[in-house]
Amino acid sequence: MKKKRLISRRRAIFTGLTSAGALLLSGCLKKAPPTYGSILRIGDDLTYLAQRGLLSQRALVMEYQQSDITSFPVTDIGDPANPASTKAYSKEYEALLKTDFKDWALTIEGAVAKPGRYTLDQLQKLGERSQITQHSCEEGWSAIAEWTGVPLAALLKEAGVLASARYVSFYGFDKYAESIDMLDALHPQTILAHRMNGETIPARNGAPLRLRVETQVGYKSVKYVQRIVVTEQFVDPAQDIQAGWSWYNGI
Amino acid sequence: MSASQTTHSETFRHKGWVKSAHFVITFAFLILLVSGYVILMSHPRLYWGKAGNDLTPALFELPISKNYHHGGWEKAIPFKNLNGSQVTAARTFDIFNENGWGRSTHFLAAWFLVITGLVYLLVGIFSGHFRRDLAPEPGEFSLKMLLKDIAGHFGKLSIARSKYGLLQKITYLSVIFFLFPVVILTGFAMSPAITANYPFLLIIFFGHQSARTIHFFAAVLLLLFLLVHVVMVLRTGFKRNLWAITFGK
Repeated sequence: MKKKRLISRRRAIFTGLTSAGALLLSGCLKKAPPTYGSILRIGDDLTYLAQRGLLSQRALVMEYQQSDITSFPVTDIGDPANPASTKAYSKEYEALLKTDFKDWALTIEGAVAKPGRYTLDQLQKLGERSQITQHSCEEGWSAIAEWTGVPLAALLKEAGVLASARYVSFYGFDKYAESIDMLDALHPQTILAHRMNGETIPARNGAPLRLRVETQVGYKSVKYVQRIVVTEQFVDPAQDIQAGWSWYNGI
Repeated sequence: MSASQTTHSETFRHKGWVKSAHFVITFAFLILLVSGYVILMSHPRLYWGKAGNDLTPALFELPISKNYHHGGWEKAIPFKNLNGSQVTAARTFDIFNENGWGRSTHFLAAWFLVITGLVYLLVGIFSGHFRRDLAPEPGEFSLKMLLKDIAGHFGKLSIARSKYGLLQKITYLSVIFFLFPVVILTGFAMSPAITANYPFLLIIFFGHQSARTIHFFAAVLLLLFLLVHVVMVLRTGFKRNLWAITFGK
């Protein structure tokens, strides 16, 4: 009679793989955004970790021709210059728009050696990149436009980003905000755009400065940027996750 | 009747891994179908080409939510430096949008589908399942026999036999090796991070919006397959078929 083994080979392989997987997962999960126990947010984290683990973070998104540029809808939470817009109105923004953003300056603070404010002139001196890219909205539509702006990496370098920094948050005048990890922040196509299709950004497309995160869907690209905060810890400034949305949107 | 006439060897037997994969994939597909529909409701317009939105012409629009033909836009402002008629306009309409859970549910179910599908493909190839049970046998495949098999499906059907019919084999092979790969790859073709790494996805499906449209039609065909499949299961001995794919030994 065949002796019953205490541990079969199949079982040993299965247990081994499971525990190795669990160890890897627990290591990875420390780097993933919080899920608050939601199964959907666990799925989002799985997508985030898989895309970070399996894809190159230096690959550039496809860039298009001038002739590919399309019309571009504005579908944000509201007009920050319009007092009737309950969610987005900012008195400060309305005043800045009236004077063509003459007194506007971008604040950068947090885990940087030189926190401070940058005028548009100062930002433009840090470098320039132009790209014709596709904006994919989570709703399902997409649009192609040319964006010209300062590579975020150049600004972070200028501000002396600390070695311990992990996330960058962007706060808009419309009270909208988003954060991205350092991999997307340092991506060569992640820019702070001040021109769109060769002209100064039209007000509702995010003037005077809007973020472009080309490796994620549209809602990460904060408009009307007022303030940038670099952090060592994960922050979800607009509370995407608690509001039931995915923080990472590479898909 | 036929159940008593059928000997044990003629009854259907599915391997355990086939049953598990069938169960997980069916469940994931149903969730993908519902969440996919919810996602489509927030923008029920489909396009052909690279990009498309409310300010560009659609291939067609589906009347499946209040977002259908909504037309709530502020005055369009043309882009000064462009030669065409490209404009920008702000939306004034509060749209239906449940993509917070819709998208995350879709992607979570997609993980189950993709991982189970990969395991199924590998085991199917290496165990000889595809070759033995699904590939048409030599001499089995001819147009005449296929037409005869199709015609046969409209008449009275006998209890499912232990082997698949020709039309059945071709249908299963198309679903496994064509429709599912297409629906998964067009899904990938809509992801900005994945297409940055694999731009060929945008090229083989003619652009981001074409991929979305193909994704939709592939899903419709899969739904059609599901409906016909269920009808055939009902017509060829429902209880026995159901038992065979679940707890049957």
